Amino acid sequence: MQKTQHFKPVQFIVEVGILVVIFTLVQYLISAGLLNQYYQINLASMCINIILAVSLNLINGFTGQLSLGHAGFMAVGAYASVIMTTYMDLPFIVGIVAACLAAALAGFIIGVPTLRLRGDYLAIATLGFGEIIRVVLQNIDYVGGPAGIMGISKLTNWPWLFAGVVVTLVVIVNLINSSYGRAIISVREDEIAAELMGVNTTKYKVLAFVIGAMFAGLAGALYAHYFYIIKPETFNFMKSFDILVMVVLGGLGSTTGAVIAAMFITILTAVLQSFPAVRMILYAVILILVMIYRPQGLMGNRELGRRTFGRLRGRLRGEQQ
Amino acid sequence: MKLMNIEHLHKSFGGLSAVLDFNAHLEERELIGLIGPNGAGKTTVFNLITGVYKPDEGSIHFADQNITGLPPHEICRRGIARTFQNIRLFNDLTVLDNVRIALHKDVQYPLLSAVLRIPSFFKGEDEIEEKAEQFLKIFNLDDKRYEKASSLPYGEQRRLEIARALATNPRMLILDEPAAGMNPNETAELMELIRSIREQFHLTILLIEHDMSLVMGVCERIYVLDYGQIIAEGSPEEIRNNKRVIEAYLGEEVS
Repeated sequence: MQKTQHFKPVQFIVEVGILVVIFTLVQYLISAGLLNQYYQINLASMCINIILAVSLNLINGFTGQLSLGHAGFMAVGAYASVIMTTYMDLPFIVGIVAACLAAALAGFIIGVPTLRLRGDYLAIATLGFGEIIRVVLQNIDYVGGPAGIMGISKLTNWPWLFAGVVVTLVVIVNLINSSYGRAIISVREDEIAAELMGVNTTKYKVLAFVIGAMFAGLAGALYAHYFYIIKPETFNFMKSFDILVMVVLGGLGSTTGAVIAAMFITILTAVLQSFPAVRMILYAVILILVMIYRPQGLMGNRELGRRTFGRLRGRLRGEQQ
Repeated sequence: MKLMNIEHLHKSFGGLSAVLDFNAHLEERELIGLIGPNGAGKTTVFNLITGVYKPDEGSIHFADQNITGLPPHEICRRGIARTFQNIRLFNDLTVLDNVRIALHKDVQYPLLSAVLRIPSFFKGEDEIEEKAEQFLKIFNLDDKRYEKASSLPYGEQRRLEIARALATNPRMLILDEPAAGMNPNETAELMELIRSIREQFHLTILLIEHDMSLVMGVCERIYVLDYGQIIAEGSPEEIRNNKRVIEAYLGEEVS
């Protein structure tokens, strides 16, 4: 009997090959000057949004815990990394590691008390904590108070962005497709049944929350070192909602959905820049239309991947799956 | 040998005493029935044993350990597994995943090797899947392993719930109305199944059931609960002729 999980060398090489091709192609376009500043900025936003959406989807989509504080963890990561690089002159990698650790720690501290709550209550508690992080940053003079920090050196480039997205995807996809991931999903499916089948649901809720926060911190570090400036206002609850919109649009519990939606929203925002007067109206109308015609999100909770392509191939050959 | 001992268990919700001074004991490998009219507190007793509710008073000892007030996942780890009155499968997941989740508590590889996909991960996953398939085979569900749990017919959902409970490797299995909604044929099959898994897995079984043919057919000893209190205990024969039991079910005789 064929097992579900086994190492497929050919597939692995093909996948690594695809990644190398994407990376080299974009790197070539940038260094040859074929991708102008405008496209580069949007590319960076897209990568950062993918990291944010995929990590929030781990909490909201797979674990089923409605969190509205993701921008707060992004802020923690951004500030932690800038303190390392700009204030202490340490290399960027130290800043990134510090961002991940600081955001994960913040996720743990906030997750332990709030994850006892359910549904709406959890949403409000996380929203509150996200705002607390922002207000605290506003009142610390060491990090510039409300004005934030300026003059951050631009250390984020395409290799860092690409690595960030790949690491986020690999960690979260591998986690979800393991026994630990199934335990996480069982919390979403039926918390009481999961408990009674021996799954320590509190532990897995906190685990998902900490890992999600950690990658939000990574996104924050990449963001800070691309856009030169960070201020607390950037990470307000509107930012959290933007990320939530991507997750819901892509389909709760679908990583590929989160990736597609993050790309879609980034492109949509960029395109709508040319219609400043009606930008927000069009944005809202598009979201409403998608939600009316695809209430489960673009991907539902399915994934676009090997199995989808396998099924398509089977159908083309007229085989029964 | 005594496997479980419950003493003076008490639970009230607001002003309502759902369970009042409940005492019971289960010997190793016994098959016990818990019956009683609707609302007598049977499911509350199950929820107290499995940790869903914390008792107000009283103690529950299992395999010489006090398990009173432990969280449900801890109680499951000590060897008590259950099914539910209203089926509670992981509906959106496959049949295989339902069973694999129950095997998670004994997962053999650390989180990090799952993320890094090192050989111990693949080995551990293989073992989990093999075990899951064994349980699916016993319950004749192995050719449906990739189907969504919610798409199974009712009787198979009931069987999958038992398979999932057994996958946690329990010493004691608690079944909450396993025959609910089954026709007489299915009930007869279920009786066979209950007997055979008890032999195969050396289980102690405690079950709630309204279907008297099943209770009288398989149980060796029966507790009768009414208004949160035990009103009778004994063999099926004794229970059948017990005056208080008949009164509880049918009301008092008008003289």
